[in-house]
Amino acid sequence: MNVIATPRDYGLLGRDAKIAEEMGLASAQWYQCPLPRKRLKELMTRKDAPAIRDTLIWFASFLVSGGFAYIFWPTWAALPFFMLYGVLYGSSTDSRWHECGHGTAFKTRWMNDAIYHIACFMIMREPTVWRWSHTRHHTDTIIVGRDPEIAVMRPVMILKIISMFFAIPQTWTAIKSVLRHAAGRLDDEEATFIPEMERGRVYLVARIWIVIHAVVIASAFYAGSILPMLFVGPLPTMYGAWVHVMTGLTQHGGLAEDVLDHRLNSRTVLLNPVLRFIYWNMNYHIEHHMFPMVPYHALPELHKELQPYMPRPNSGIIDAYRDIIPALWRQRKDPNWYIKPKLPEGVAPVTAAMN
Amino acid sequence: MSQWIEVCAAEDIDEEDVMRFDHQGQTFAIYHSPDDKFYATDGLCTHEKVHLADGLVMDNIIECPKHNGRFDYRNGAAKGAPVCVNLKTYPVKVEAGKVLINTGA
Repeated sequence: MNVIATPRDYGLLGRDAKIAEEMGLASAQWYQCPLPRKRLKELMTRKDAPAIRDTLIWFASFLVSGGFAYIFWPTWAALPFFMLYGVLYGSSTDSRWHECGHGTAFKTRWMNDAIYHIACFMIMREPTVWRWSHTRHHTDTIIVGRDPEIAVMRPVMILKIISMFFAIPQTWTAIKSVLRHAAGRLDDEEATFIPEMERGRVYLVARIWIVIHAVVIASAFYAGSILPMLFVGPLPTMYGAWVHVMTGLTQHGGLAEDVLDHRLNSRTVLLNPVLRFIYWNMNYHIEHHMFPMVPYHALPELHKELQPYMPRPNSGIIDAYRDIIPALWRQRKDPNWYIKPKLPEGVAPVTAAMN
Repeated sequence: MSQWIEVCAAEDIDEEDVMRFDHQGQTFAIYHSPDDKFYATDGLCTHEKVHLADGLVMDNIIECPKHNGRFDYRNGAAKGAPVCVNLKTYPVKVEAGKVLINTGA
């Protein structure tokens, strides 16, 4: 059977942006599972201790992996330590950027902000731009023409997805973006979600980043070695990206677009403790989108509370990719097809605007 | 014009918590602070019109449930991105165990 592909316009100023507004999908009311306020308050409680503990382990892991990579450089023995360092630099920063951006990792605000800026630099996501794009992602999750963070657009381009594991498109986009912002300009799409009063901050950070990168490159030339650039800058962002792309694609990959029920467009995957440390529990992704004020350390508890209303979670990365790979392969040619998670009996999904 | 309206019994709102109150097509958020005082603001976040009563009260801060925008509910001050516009506040008093707000202020 021949399937006619419907071209989608993922641009924030395009045709589908207007359609989303006309259909009531923009800034709409989303389904939430019932949860007593008292219990939700308990789960939302902010704490410093879990994130301080995790951050100390995080910093120590950087020191140990980076230290041994330095000591063993330039022998092959340095390779496993660079691999670990890269995952910390280019992948674990994804979840730190995310959780600290929400302001939920730590109770103390400046701690969230400090780790947010460090993580942003490492993963090359400009802090102000990405704070606002993520805000939109939560307002209009996987609404075509509204969500600037749709990782897999349809029709799916497999080569692009493979290149994402090495952060090639992300880094190229980031370099162009930093240079544009350092020159004091936003593009038209950014102007739709970054308010006027925040734009000076965008330009300032871009200029600071360029200075830091210039110092790293200059030090590599001065030392006559690529080593400084393997520790700081786009290279570790790229060679360490694969874990966060592997986990990140599970968030929404293959699932529905243009619905108002996170159970239909997001995925929860059960992971081992090491991956959950790297990913800071973002594998409980439906729960996170439904109740974004619940800190990462309380998401496993929230997951238990919401289970009666939720689809079955994937039991691990392999189980999730058993769903995702065939779905993405099919969406190359059939962009209208998507995975429909099975909800518990008697629980109805919400697929259209409620307001 | 000053117009005091009864909202609820003081004991209906836990300390360090918030309650939604709708009146004549307008929605308000009523707060009970940790130092046992009551405050009132507009009920919707100035960022994306989400009900603040579903959010989290921490000391004198209300955090919006959708994007974690924060306001000082005592004076309505926006405390940083993604909220940039202050909340309107309303006078509150407690009389005979009842919380009243002045919506005409």
